[in-house]
Amino acid sequence: MTDTRDVKIRVRNLSKVFGNQPDKALKLRDEGMKRPEILEKTGQTLGLSNVDFDVMEGELLVIMGLSGSGKSTLIRCLNRLIEPTEGEILIDGDDVAKLDDKSLLRCRRKHFSMVFQNFALFPHRTVQQNAEFGLEVRGEEKEVCYQRGRDALKQVGLDGWEDAYPSQLSGGMQQRVGLARALANDSTVLLMDEAFSALDPLIRKDMQQELLALQHKMKKTTIFITHDLDEALSIGDRIILLKDGEIVQIGSPESILTSPANDYVARFVEGVDMSRILTARSAMTDVRATARDDDGPRTALRKMGDNGLDSLFVVRRDRTVLGIITAEDTERAVRENLTDLSSIIHSDCCQVSPEEPLHNLFAMFAGHHHPLAVVDEQSRLLGVVIKGSVLAELAEAGEAHA
Amino acid sequence: MSDATGFTIPKIELGDWIETGLDYLTTNYSSITRGISKFTETGIDVLNDALMWLPEWALIALVTLLCWRLAGTRLAIGSVLGLGLIWNLDLWDPMIESLTLVVIATLVAVVIAVPLGILAALSDRFYKVIMPVLDFMQTMPAFVYLIPAIPFFGIGSVSAIFATVIFSMPPAIRFTTLGIRQVPNDLIEAADAFGATRSQKLFKLQLPLSLPTVMAGINQTIMLALSMVVIAAMIGADGLGNEVWKAIQRLRPGDGFEAGIAVVILAMLLDRLTQTFSKEKKPRS
Repeated sequence: MTDTRDVKIRVRNLSKVFGNQPDKALKLRDEGMKRPEILEKTGQTLGLSNVDFDVMEGELLVIMGLSGSGKSTLIRCLNRLIEPTEGEILIDGDDVAKLDDKSLLRCRRKHFSMVFQNFALFPHRTVQQNAEFGLEVRGEEKEVCYQRGRDALKQVGLDGWEDAYPSQLSGGMQQRVGLARALANDSTVLLMDEAFSALDPLIRKDMQQELLALQHKMKKTTIFITHDLDEALSIGDRIILLKDGEIVQIGSPESILTSPANDYVARFVEGVDMSRILTARSAMTDVRATARDDDGPRTALRKMGDNGLDSLFVVRRDRTVLGIITAEDTERAVRENLTDLSSIIHSDCCQVSPEEPLHNLFAMFAGHHHPLAVVDEQSRLLGVVIKGSVLAELAEAGEAHA
Repeated sequence: MSDATGFTIPKIELGDWIETGLDYLTTNYSSITRGISKFTETGIDVLNDALMWLPEWALIALVTLLCWRLAGTRLAIGSVLGLGLIWNLDLWDPMIESLTLVVIATLVAVVIAVPLGILAALSDRFYKVIMPVLDFMQTMPAFVYLIPAIPFFGIGSVSAIFATVIFSMPPAIRFTTLGIRQVPNDLIEAADAFGATRSQKLFKLQLPLSLPTVMAGINQTIMLALSMVVIAAMIGADGLGNEVWKAIQRLRPGDGFEAGIAVVILAMLLDRLTQTFSKEKKPRS
């Protein structure tokens, strides 16, 4: 995947040893030993080992791994809630790992805001005061704190809850406060540590969608930690897979599914429902022919015959889709000597965006055999999807990582 | 301590050493202690005069109103009956004197104890130093503090306050430390993540969250102060303790019990009133 965006954070050679003799552990690591051996030999736990990655401006990067994989350590090393043992964390030219205490505070206030798994809201502060916390710590004017806190709460849909206390809110709403507290700061990077893991599945889905919407709107560089592959696949622009403190694979959700770097990843993604990951774009084929809205039935019928189709999409001059016509209807129109197509166009034909997961297409095929029109945001025809190509695509992807 | 051969291990002269030390302190620093003494005496007089200037009924009404607002009707009724009884028994003035001593001793104790408690919560090293000292302060029989107080501050109320402060301070220190250490780690981490300084964490997070616990400690301090103020009658402190002391000397159990009951009433009122502060504020729902 080529990325033209700027690099926001550059992490190089980041390692973390838990214990009092980190040098010893790192030396063994350099001799090729793995985490369990090092623990046995020295009593030191190798939390992270030689982690290298870039975070692009405005992307949603998911760091995923099972418990003990080092993902929480990694995200805490970025803002030095945990001190890294070695390595560089470059953000806007500063190496976070080398900052003195004062500069570190400044760096945290400017660059990082964090959302926590257990919300970590301040129970003695109202929702509004919680949202203002980061600004208050930074020493902003009272009115600025108030206004930005309020705006952030509005953004996460908590209008009217400003004066409530966190204990009065449900889990989902509490995490919205957590999110608002992070957004109010308008920091460079948003760190989300298993932010939705403590929520009910349904609420969790909602929150994921809302995060995506917010992210789409604000283009905020976000690093999201999760242990849940489905979550990683559905929200991540890119995914970093972590195991035993090392990066196993970095790539887009599709590339991780379709070309796993090794057996570990392959086993990991085995159970994934591909129809939720692959999109209409992947099953889309080019449009062989279309009818124009000023074509007559005879022209339309001939186009169908020439291309071996039994239906045609009718488009305007700018390729916006009007609807679909079938061969049967067109033949009838010819017999009845109709001069235009308007009376036989099915304008209720299904249009989908290229990003629509294949899973959602099945229902649209129910009850008829018409192809689906894949359209862009202006409703212009990009391609078509027929039922057969959806199934073929799924079968192929299934084979790729079986 | 001698065995069969007649060899003796001499007694360690711990008592002598302590006396030498105390003598040194009294002779060299008496000007400071006399100064403190004057200052404290003035404070006691001012507060005493103020409380006694109010007519009995007015003070009862004030306390009752306070009880009713903070703790509800039951305590309000209790305070009318209790204070009324003290008035009726002619123990009003001694009660006020005891109250004054408790209030001033508690104020001094809290002013010293809360910062020490905060320090012990934030520094493990200080914690290790101060905890055994607190054990010492709390387990040493209360009477013992009375003896060195006299050479420092002379017979009377100031010595009583000195002994009371030392005796009643430990719970306030302990509870403050406990309250701050109990603040959940994830909240501290959140504050850190947003770039809060140490003092921002302390004042925006740790102190507000530990307030109920600190108040529970202050409640304990008040209770200990009251008990010590009564004992301090032995070195000439005024108040209800003095009434008890007189009753003992004249062998009049009736008078002794009357004063004792007044102490109990005062203790219960102070306890219930300050407990309302240590209960967690419930957010309105």
